[in-house]
Amino acid sequence: MPLEYIPGIPILRPYVDPDNQPFWDAVDRHEFVLQRCSDCDVYFQPPRPMCPHCLSMDSLEWVPSSGRGEVYSFVVFAADRMAYPGMKIPYVVVLVEMEEGVRLTANIVDAEPDEVYIGMPVEVTYNSPMEGLTLYQFKKRAS
Amino acid sequence: MQMLEEYRTKSYRQHLRPPVEENLIRDKTAIVGIGQTEYSRDSGRDELDLACEAIKKAVADAGLKMSDIDGLEALTLDRVSMPTLIGSLGIENLRFTSEVSFGGGGACALVMHAAAAVASGAADYVVCYRALNEASGHRYGRGDGYAEYLKAAPTLHYGYYFPYGFLTPLSWAAMYTKRWMHEYGIKLEDTGWYSVVLREYAQNNPEAIFYGKPLTIEEFHESPMISAPLRLFDCCVDTDGAAAVVVTTADRAKDMPHTPVYIAAAAQSSPIETEIQTSYNRPVVAGLPETWYVGQELYRQSGLGPADIDVAQLYDPFSYGAMIQLEELGFCGPGECVDFCQGGDRIRVDGELPLNTSGGLLSEAYIHGVNLITEAVRQLRGTAHNQVTDAETAIVTAGPGLPTSGLILRK
Amino acid sequence: MTTQADSEAPVIPHPALWAVLYRSSTPFWEAVGRHELTLQRCSDCKTWRMPPRPMCPRCQSAESEWVPVSGRGTIHSWVTYPESPHPAFEAPYAVILVELDEGPRLVSNPVGIAPDELEIGMPVEVVFEDVSDDFALYKFQRAG
Repeated sequence: MPLEYIPGIPILRPYVDPDNQPFWDAVDRHEFVLQRCSDCDVYFQPPRPMCPHCLSMDSLEWVPSSGRGEVYSFVVFAADRMAYPGMKIPYVVVLVEMEEGVRLTANIVDAEPDEVYIGMPVEVTYNSPMEGLTLYQFKKRAS
Repeated sequence: MQMLEEYRTKSYRQHLRPPVEENLIRDKTAIVGIGQTEYSRDSGRDELDLACEAIKKAVADAGLKMSDIDGLEALTLDRVSMPTLIGSLGIENLRFTSEVSFGGGGACALVMHAAAAVASGAADYVVCYRALNEASGHRYGRGDGYAEYLKAAPTLHYGYYFPYGFLTPLSWAAMYTKRWMHEYGIKLEDTGWYSVVLREYAQNNPEAIFYGKPLTIEEFHESPMISAPLRLFDCCVDTDGAAAVVVTTADRAKDMPHTPVYIAAAAQSSPIETEIQTSYNRPVVAGLPETWYVGQELYRQSGLGPADIDVAQLYDPFSYGAMIQLEELGFCGPGECVDFCQGGDRIRVDGELPLNTSGGLLSEAYIHGVNLITEAVRQLRGTAHNQVTDAETAIVTAGPGLPTSGLILRK
Repeated sequence: MTTQADSEAPVIPHPALWAVLYRSSTPFWEAVGRHELTLQRCSDCKTWRMPPRPMCPRCQSAESEWVPVSGRGTIHSWVTYPESPHPAFEAPYAVILVELDEGPRLVSNPVGIAPDELEIGMPVEVVFEDVSDDFALYKFQRAG
């Protein structure tokens, strides 16, 4: 069953601050970028003002991601009282390890809960649960 | 209740408490690093960003690596999420974190708690910080902003104030200030020198918000009345910025780059019937008993008295907030602080008690008093913009009229 | 991308809502709704408790009684607002701190006293203003 929303119930929006604004702006354009320190060549997530490795505050850059990764872990939301009321159960939240090494969470939009497994290849896609809101999501990918 | 009676009768200067014999903080702990961001009216950055910069500079100033830091001390009011901050700083394992209540009243308690942590061995190097966008962002100094903030922690007594439009911290302070002026016969036309002298200090401090903008006593008296008796230039300057200090033990401090600034005393006070600037059902409205209690404890711990203090950094959310502290800390008698500041000479850099030498919260920046601690450290290191000759001891206090805290620092 | 902050207009509760947040305050405001001024007093040591609280700060007794008071007192201090800090209040207005004859002090608004007539020490007495059917505010006018 693909991911479905329940009309009339707003989806909670991401909190956008100066550190993560470029990320969400890119998602609006259906582009997927990750934050990297150009001095240490290390990616990190969530976005932040300072490289936690070398403490540089001016070497941070936004780099296009391959958008590919693997399911690192996942949770199936199957019970009403645990699920968000604006989304049809069951739905799946996946924790994806990107090829760049960082991990992000989102929904998987095109898989049945019992299809999802740790190590499953996925790639970034986008959806728009309501007007003015674009989210990055994950979909199945051939390995 | 004996101390309360002493406070009520103002007989306290004859009753200094016996000194403590054993204290694990006194002279056994020190401030070894300070850091700050630019102070501005609109940083264009978020508070996490500001906190990272100030902490990074304080750690570098101490000659340490971020990985040496194992304790972090914040105000509960700080909007920076501590887990997010820890992630940004890249610290592998903090052994000690804590948060202090009471807004600006907790500024010196940050250092006190850090000192207690290093003295006990709970941590080796503790960073204390404050980051805020008070000028451009969330202004809890405004009525609705404060109500918004209080939604998170509703406080019993506000139910008796808010329905009457009694809403802003400034007006709460104006209430006790007016009573204080009434009881001691203070005339409005005699005030203003405190603000003028602080603005003079800011003219030598390029980091100060009011650098390049001097103020005359005439301009002070022409400034608009915000909440009588408080004029615009009685008030602190809303600021975006951050400041941080690093605390460790005196033993470690000896081998570090800067002259150690030892903590000679550290104290908090939350006295009877206390509220956040609205303590109108305690015996004395016309005064700042919490500052008096803190002063008594600081002198008791350090063995020093008012005459031994070379420079003072007294928290000034508004001018009288600092001036009345001069009385409570014994630098002048009850009702004498306006006289003490008259003409300004006593509180100038070569005066009897150089006061808020960076420009204070009125003219340097409002970093919730953490910038007063960094200025005290500069004075004792000998690196201040308005350097007091041979300064060896400094007193620093936190927000008046609410549960507060204080420090005596020495070379 | 819009943010959480700009997608939701800030909700500013009417300040009167703060009055009833705590259970220990309920009898006080219920009495004010009936146009009666009663204060909480410790049943054991007879110390007034203002604001009302579940425990006596002097003797730690949990017992208390609600005692009608005269509603008369003097202005202990006051402030004015040349600009309004909240849309619910029209500037200029004044807030007074009244010391009741019984001792406790209450924050309130003056009624029928212009801000430039306010004086510390002025004798005042309580009046009540209905906000709704069962909720009122206590205010103070010159003592007759």
